[in-house]
Amino acid sequence: MTGRLAVIGAGAVGRSVVELAGEYGYSVTAVADSSSAAIDSEGLDAEAVLDRKDETGSVGNETPEAALDAAYDVLIEATPTTLGDAEPGFSHVEAALERDRHAVLANKGPVAERYGDLMDLVDASEGDIRFEATVGGAIPALSTIEDVGATNITAARGVLNGTANFILTRMAAEGLDYEHVLAEAQDLGVAEADPTFDVEGTDAALKCVILANVLGQGDREFTLSDATVEGITNVPGSALELAAESGRTVRLVGEASPGAVRVGPRLIPENGTLAVSGTQNIVQLETEHAGQLNISGRGAGGPETATAVLSDVGRLF
Amino acid sequence: MTATDRTETQTHTVRLELVDEPGELLRALKPISENGGNLMSIYHERGNLTPRGHIPVEIDFSCAPHQFETIVDALRGEGVNVIQAGTERYDEELTVLLVGHLVDTDLSDTLQKIEACANASLKDLSLSAPKGTEEASSALLRLAARSGTTEETLSTLRSIADGKDLHVVEPLTEGSR
Repeated sequence: MTGRLAVIGAGAVGRSVVELAGEYGYSVTAVADSSSAAIDSEGLDAEAVLDRKDETGSVGNETPEAALDAAYDVLIEATPTTLGDAEPGFSHVEAALERDRHAVLANKGPVAERYGDLMDLVDASEGDIRFEATVGGAIPALSTIEDVGATNITAARGVLNGTANFILTRMAAEGLDYEHVLAEAQDLGVAEADPTFDVEGTDAALKCVILANVLGQGDREFTLSDATVEGITNVPGSALELAAESGRTVRLVGEASPGAVRVGPRLIPENGTLAVSGTQNIVQLETEHAGQLNISGRGAGGPETATAVLSDVGRLF
Repeated sequence: MTATDRTETQTHTVRLELVDEPGELLRALKPISENGGNLMSIYHERGNLTPRGHIPVEIDFSCAPHQFETIVDALRGEGVNVIQAGTERYDEELTVLLVGHLVDTDLSDTLQKIEACANASLKDLSLSAPKGTEEASSALLRLAARSGTTEETLSTLRSIADGKDLHVVEPLTEGSR
């Protein structure tokens, strides 16, 4: 098996996958962005494709649809997360499975919003899907659940959004208010120009929905609308000060159990396991017989997330 | 199992009001010890008066579940006014943050509502309103809740807060060790 990858989406994650694929021993036979594609069944020159993207804004001369028909073993779905019908990501994965190819998702939409539909496609295909990169970036959360066994895990919780965590950490450390720290985070590139997805808890909730779907093993399907979600925009600096006076702090904590998904700011011990700082993420698994398992690390970023994608590719072969 | 269940002791709290006269406290304690209750603590709130001008006293004792009613009946039989007779102590501490326009929405009314319906008593409160009443302020509340009622207390708290457009930052009760 040569390991030919078709990378759909040329944002931070897609680019890093293209860049790192060679190091992992895979070749990239197709890369698509929203308007074009580069295709070579013998393997593309990663650097040349990315340079072209930087210079001209497009990766190649082919249409994006042509990348779906290219020769590949694993399709990497790395387009931006969309809600509801999770398109066009869902159709990209569908195209791969219908050709009995594998798909690896970094896009949360299809796994959070259409888990059942996705699993039906997998059942009908020789191909399989994996989506480690959708939860906690570089953190091997889903593969750990797979190793331990979903039935041996009663709940998963964690700090799953680096932007929100950075803001809360800075507010607590500097005694600053939300607006002030948000502006700083935007300057540093930690928060996007429109931070809604992160600070309102949507991103963390999608990850928890995915965790709940995996833990539920098909007994119950969750979507974002089943989650109880509250963001951090209502947490003033004074709340963090009061929390600190009693040895506590506030973190945006997501919880997923087979019965419920909830995300919201929570009071936790200042030196507790879940009180990770800055853009760090942590996933905590409550096991049936072995207490808690904690895995922390970088929850976002191109190379970090691409690492999870490429590990998934390795698990498929 | 059933035999131990019947004899397993539980801690109970009763609140009484006593007339401020010599011998009153002893009169109230006798029915407890005589009926198998093991006294654990007595909190004589001197300086505090009940609406009827009496002194509130809080007594913790342990006894088997079936002895509890006998003791309360015996107290009442002695003419002692039992204000509250709980089957369990407030032995779970709960710390929550309340955020929003706390002052403008009548903080003391909020606290009264919490104490009245949340199955909890307020032990401590710190308020921080660095920008006066203009912007959101925060309060850290330490509540004592009856054991096993944490979820219920939190849900009551949420609905009280909702009614005043306040936000509750709840403690993560699991997994935060």
